[in-house]
Amino acid sequence: MLYRETGQFKTSYKADMAVFPIRQDRIGLAVILLLAFVATPLFGSAFLLSAVMIPLLVFALAALGLNLLTGYTGQLSLGTAGFMGVGAYACYKLTTFFPEVNLIVWILASGFFSAAVGVLFGLPSLRIKGFYLAVATLAAQFFLQWCFIRIPWLYNNNVSGAIEAPVRTLFGMPITGPHATPELRYLVVLSIVALLTWIASNLVHGRVGRSWMAVRDMDIAAELMGIRLLPTKLLAFAVSSFYCGVAGALMVFLWYGSAEPEVFSISQSFLILFMVIIGGLGSLIGSFFGAALIYGLPIVLKSLFPMLGLSVGAATIEHITFMVVGAMIIGFLIVEPHGLASIWRTIKQKLRVWPFPY
Amino acid sequence: MLYNIFIDPFVQMAGAPDLLVQALWDGLVSGVLYALIALGFVLIFKASGVFNFAQGIMVVFAALTLVGLYEKGVPAYVALALTLVVMFLLAVAVERVVLRPLVNQPDIILFMATFGLTYFLIGFGELVFGGNPKAMITAQLGLPRGVIDVEMLGGRVSFQKIDIAAAVIASIMVAALAVFFQKTRIGRALRAVADSHKAALSVGISLNQIWVIVWFAAGVVALAAGIMWGARSEVSFALEIVALKALPVLVLGGFTSVPGAIVGGLIIGVGEKLGEFYWGPLVGGGIETWLAYFIALAFLLFRPQGLFGEKIIERI
Repeated sequence: MLYRETGQFKTSYKADMAVFPIRQDRIGLAVILLLAFVATPLFGSAFLLSAVMIPLLVFALAALGLNLLTGYTGQLSLGTAGFMGVGAYACYKLTTFFPEVNLIVWILASGFFSAAVGVLFGLPSLRIKGFYLAVATLAAQFFLQWCFIRIPWLYNNNVSGAIEAPVRTLFGMPITGPHATPELRYLVVLSIVALLTWIASNLVHGRVGRSWMAVRDMDIAAELMGIRLLPTKLLAFAVSSFYCGVAGALMVFLWYGSAEPEVFSISQSFLILFMVIIGGLGSLIGSFFGAALIYGLPIVLKSLFPMLGLSVGAATIEHITFMVVGAMIIGFLIVEPHGLASIWRTIKQKLRVWPFPY
Repeated sequence: MLYNIFIDPFVQMAGAPDLLVQALWDGLVSGVLYALIALGFVLIFKASGVFNFAQGIMVVFAALTLVGLYEKGVPAYVALALTLVVMFLLAVAVERVVLRPLVNQPDIILFMATFGLTYFLIGFGELVFGGNPKAMITAQLGLPRGVIDVEMLGGRVSFQKIDIAAAVIASIMVAALAVFFQKTRIGRALRAVADSHKAALSVGISLNQIWVIVWFAAGVVALAAGIMWGARSEVSFALEIVALKALPVLVLGGFTSVPGAIVGGLIIGVGEKLGEFYWGPLVGGGIETWLAYFIALAFLLFRPQGLFGEKIIERI
């Protein structure tokens, strides 16, 4: 009843092609943004902000980046964590070289470094396809991680071999380091993620996104239709790596505070791939759903056992979490191979025509 | 710099041939193990078109089951038989729970499902057998141990007996698989399924049975790889990362080719060891982690379908 588009007439092509053609969707988005920007920092506890919301947003951004590449352009990548690492290390180098420039600028700029690396490793994609391409991105993953360990210049010759976020301020208030409040960090992360999501939405709804999807659906056909494959694929690699790089920089600077090369290991790449697939390939909102599920599920499971009054060891919980996550991935794929985004679409469609079945 | 890259390593090779032989042998041995893991992948990919990411964890799981059963007091050979039973049950379970409901889904979905399987097996294995590394029961299984030192080329080259055994067992296994594929009724059915699921179904081949059989065969190969690998180091979940090396091997050999898996494994193994030994010091060592992928990538640029893969024909 609430979700009914009766009486909403589209009087121009522009209105017809809008990203949110239904008024209730626009209101819903405004409410979500309001909740995220105002209510959460006002009423959320420090734990909720720094241990749930910030990681969730960071993962969602990385998943979004991978989704642009894998979901929209159809190029399987297993090197996400490597590209995230490039962003993090680039941001670290930049902010230690030029401490006077605002950190936000460097976080966004570090994305370009990661984009350049992404283009480099995307070059084989013109000749190699599918699972074969996964090897090229695995090469990126392992090579980049090796660089983070073996090139001391990248971590300023630290003895520990880790990078640590130096204290940086925004409007006179610290946003990194031990004195930064969770609220401020959360708002910075949220603003960047919201901005980049908006840009991504415009990208995939425009000419660029359509050519990506054409390449995904059948690249030879796309080529015959006049889409130049190399620039299109490389652009996808660049944009995707940009997003992953920014996510990596956010992860180190606004979430962890410091990071070792192990943070950007292959298992992190797989985790983000899970998020994309569980959330839904080729869906922006799916990236958020996937990140919420894959990141949130272990947290919920860990708190579930004490709540049920079962006393089991921490290690056992860890193992059971693994099993449950694995089983859930299989279960989800069987029930809905197109991910949570598809469930979301189904729910919306059902609501629109309710009480009729179609 | 150029001298260091292009000339010096070869001078070193010519100067100390015994070291070269040793490096080659080490490379061949790890190549055999990569090939064994890749073989499991190829079996499953050929028959069901599933890119089985869980093969690596199946290796760990099989080895863990074997050692775990032995530690519970089961005699070694009985434990081996029981492990085979467990692998068979795993194959049946995978077919029932994962493959059958997901039939005819896109490749990437099946690939993700095997990811889920990987997670499940990691959790399950750690829950049942604990996460600590275990020593493989090499002696109890009657596998040879010790080292043979051979004086040759003005130096001493040492061969681990277990490595020789691994090479022999791997060759026997490949030969057995080749005979199985070429000569038996089930083998023919497997090849038919590999060619076309629909055509195979229409002549009365049960896809479900075939899947159980290939997954079981892959499980047996995994057990062999697990025993060999465990004997060289120890049985632990760290092996899973090493198993990722099977990917470049597969890519190099082509996903559908058994000989490809063997040759690819040997090329990767040797290339990796030689690269680490002669060129690694130039950049600070540790290049073994990524060199394999770059070797595979270099081959791919010239043959996108791998050395022995079927030619990819694209049509609109």
